[in-house]
Amino acid sequence: MTADLGFWVLQTLNALQLSMLLFLLSVGLTVIFGLMHFVNLAHGSLYAFGAYMAASLAGVLGYWGGFLLAPLAVAALGAVLYFTLIRSQRRAGPMAQVLITFGLIFVAVDATRLIWGDLPIGIAVPAVFEGQLALLGVTYPIYRLFIIALGLAVLAVLTLVLTRTQVGAMIRAGVDNDQMAACLGINVERMFFLVFVVGCALAGLAGAVAAPVLSVTPDMGLQILIPTLIVIVIGGLGSLKGAVAGSLIFGFVQTFGAVLLPTFNSVLIYALLAAVLVIRPEGLLPAKG
Amino acid sequence: MKKTLKAALAGLAISTAMSTAAMAEDIKVGILLPYSGVFAALAQDIDDAFVLGLETFGPEAGVTFDLVREDTEVKPPVGLAKTKKLILQDEVDVLIGVVSSGVLGAIRDTVDGAGVPLIVANAGNDEATGEACSPFITRISFSNQQVNRPMGKWMVDQGVKKVFTIAPDYAAGRQMIDAFTAAFTAAGGEVVGQEWPPFQKTQDFGPFLANAKASGADAVYVFFAGGEAISFVKQYDSFGMKADLPLYGSGFLTSSLYVNAQGPAAEGVITALHYVPTLDNPENAALVAAFKAKTGRIPSEYAVHGYDSARALVEAVKAGATDRASLAAALPKVSFTGPRGELRIDPATNNIVQPIHVYETVAGADGLTQKVLATLPAEADPVNGCVMPAAVN
Repeated sequence: MTADLGFWVLQTLNALQLSMLLFLLSVGLTVIFGLMHFVNLAHGSLYAFGAYMAASLAGVLGYWGGFLLAPLAVAALGAVLYFTLIRSQRRAGPMAQVLITFGLIFVAVDATRLIWGDLPIGIAVPAVFEGQLALLGVTYPIYRLFIIALGLAVLAVLTLVLTRTQVGAMIRAGVDNDQMAACLGINVERMFFLVFVVGCALAGLAGAVAAPVLSVTPDMGLQILIPTLIVIVIGGLGSLKGAVAGSLIFGFVQTFGAVLLPTFNSVLIYALLAAVLVIRPEGLLPAKG
Repeated sequence: MKKTLKAALAGLAISTAMSTAAMAEDIKVGILLPYSGVFAALAQDIDDAFVLGLETFGPEAGVTFDLVREDTEVKPPVGLAKTKKLILQDEVDVLIGVVSSGVLGAIRDTVDGAGVPLIVANAGNDEATGEACSPFITRISFSNQQVNRPMGKWMVDQGVKKVFTIAPDYAAGRQMIDAFTAAFTAAGGEVVGQEWPPFQKTQDFGPFLANAKASGADAVYVFFAGGEAISFVKQYDSFGMKADLPLYGSGFLTSSLYVNAQGPAAEGVITALHYVPTLDNPENAALVAAFKAKTGRIPSEYAVHGYDSARALVEAVKAGATDRASLAAALPKVSFTGPRGELRIDPATNNIVQPIHVYETVAGADGLTQKVLATLPAEADPVNGCVMPAAVN
């Protein structure tokens, strides 16, 4: 089995697909944290909300309607959260932030149960991406290739924005030292809002693309939270590169661990997390050098 | 004088009602279900159908049933606390419910020690009617092994010689698959590989599917339920595996409760279960019509557990049972023909004995439906270390 090239290709694609999904989630969370020093544990709930919105809208407008509108809906929810809770708690310290956003998780779980019910929902893969594609000697679902491509595209756009535009430079300055950035005349407050809302929209996008592959359940936000936190701790808080590295490491360790070392699979990623925390507590590629 | 006598009688009546469990014409039923948490939809089906069952059969019993509901939240410690409350404070005559095997394990000793009869309306762990059996616990739902064992021989008879199995790594997953593989290998089949993805931590089954594909098996046999079942069936289909490697499994995989969330991916999947809503018999037709009229839903296997629990309780009362002890003695003796077919309780274990239906999920007029391929005869589970005390009373 392991001597077969097809096996490695297939599992590499599986790992990439998981990595890209995690990347979409963790990049928002990590930049929000890096910039605002705000721990948003409810990030996973935004992902679940995105999946539910996509599933509901897909019934009315078709898959692409949900795909485009779900991130916007989640961004709108993010904006509401920002003005009601996040902004006032910005200076409240991590303990208050963790408690509030942790509480939000439970509110979100019960709210989704009230609105969408307890039964899991599923939506179909869009017609364009149905079926499989023969690739390097394996057949692989086209929709999963789409997830990989989408993740890479988002990564390219974010890299471009962060490194080549003025907004990107301002965000990087804010992550490095927000007080100094404010002194230099950057409207840090407005930037925080922008980053928070974009981060929420990416979580919603992750939910929308995951919905046809996974089942949409009230606790999906809670299930994805721990992997996302592991990704940003391994990668380094606040950095785009860290989010990429963390997602790839998590995706590959999880996927190959599951098939090569099934007995140790649950432990592997936590062992790695512990090792990173001991050797490089700031993560592999932290934002601040 | 007359007035005082009346007052005294009323006082006597109240104090009797409060001090003893209940009067003869009044059976107090404690319902223990996870109304919140991941199994809330199952709890709703069981509860709705239990109430429907009491409405349908209750009048024959000539008593009133008082229902006291408690939410276990699918948490064993909560389930235990609620059980104690129902037994000690509400002084119920009989308990029904329990969806999760974990909760059943936690309350078993309390129920057994207090001598309160419990009708298990879902939890399928083999031990509950095996080494941990109790004369007070009667299971009207199913056991994990019972649902899977008959498929072993049936699949060999259909020409499937080599299977690959996948199930979540927890007690129920192991019991379901182990019962199947034991029967499958005994009938001459071969298990060429097994995967046990971590329970409730696996959303992507892609890595495991690749191994199944490479194993050279004729078919894949799995157990999943709820959200995992939906993800698994859809991902299995998305890898294009259904054509070369047919998917078989325990019937919870394509339960009528959530099969429509799986969509076309579930078409052609063959599984076995103790109940499907399309069974062709008058009792089932009556249940489907009444349940639809009451709730607007099609009854799932969970609903039938609730419905038959009510029927079993009514039958026990009709046989003369009035309190905890007599109900505990009467419940294991009930037998009737319900929507699932002919049911009886195995006196050796207090587990239900029922036929198992093999069904294929097919496209129907409104959504997916179940086509029954075969009905495998009822077979009592092995005793598995259960020792029943000779007499209950």
